[in-house]
Amino acid sequence: MSTALHPSAAVSDDPLIIAGVEYRSRLLVGTGKYRDMEETRAATAASGAEIVTVAIRRTNIGQHANEPNLLDVISPQHYTLLPNTAGCYTAEDAIRTCRLARELLDGHELVKLEVLGDEKTLFPDIIQTLQATEVLVKDGFKIMVYTNDDPIIARRFEELGCVAVMPLAAPIGSGLGIRNPYNIMTIVENATVPILVDAGVGTASDAALAMELGCDGVLMNTAIAGARDPVLMASAMKKGIEAGREAYRAGRIPRKRFASASSPIDGTFF
Amino acid sequence: MHIILNGDRREFPDALSASQLLQDLGLTGKRLALEVNREIVPRSTFDNHIIQPGDRIEIVHAIGGG
Repeated sequence: MSTALHPSAAVSDDPLIIAGVEYRSRLLVGTGKYRDMEETRAATAASGAEIVTVAIRRTNIGQHANEPNLLDVISPQHYTLLPNTAGCYTAEDAIRTCRLARELLDGHELVKLEVLGDEKTLFPDIIQTLQATEVLVKDGFKIMVYTNDDPIIARRFEELGCVAVMPLAAPIGSGLGIRNPYNIMTIVENATVPILVDAGVGTASDAALAMELGCDGVLMNTAIAGARDPVLMASAMKKGIEAGREAYRAGRIPRKRFASASSPIDGTFF
Repeated sequence: MHIILNGDRREFPDALSASQLLQDLGLTGKRLALEVNREIVPRSTFDNHIIQPGDRIEIVHAIGGG
């Protein structure tokens, strides 16, 4: 694999830079909701993602002693692991989770911070998220923060020192796509750190749209893991992200109400 | 002595170190992190960290998540 030429120079000439580290892929993927470890491995590989989220949970004591370990298929040597604080509803729990993740991953400081508000929406609790951010930044963490699509709050997270701000497109796992493209555009225009859409993407065109709006990347899990064929969807998402990014860089034509012929009028013989 | 291990009450006959606890649980060498009474216990100190009666211990690892 290492000898294969990259399919598109345009993509590799345009790295995503997070906390000073360059990545070729602008698609970040989660590892939840897969049928088994093999499907996790295959879909993650097909996505081309370099940054992969994991959750931190209690180890099963005394049972399943030989069950396969996620880190056996998603190796920290091959992927940049992004431990998340999913399931945390308070700043305190999120801070504990990040500290455990850092210990688990040998001093790794890049984390995805999310502090949730309620189970029905899984919308972020911004007050708790801001509190956790302040503590974790002082503690040396590099935070990619899950937030809502509010441009004012996005700017505040950047000011607090987050290395990336990740507004939701729609509720986690909903597949509703980008519900508020104008807010996402405003967040992108204001930002000097990478903006990644995190959550709510349903299919490849949603991912492409996020990129066309100027987002630096997209983080998704359910849209791939929940597809009928996760490996094929992972491949589709990879292409959607690349197509959307190239379209953004190429600069789309303005929208006009009426037609403009593509074939010249000069030289017609009728 | 008793401890609270991942939310469950467990009995251990004698005082033991974090390393011995992990060995008893068959977890030696696994990639995990240990928290005792909400404080991280670094891997490098497992041999010297003595578990106390009533300690609340969390042993965690990475699983699939988004």
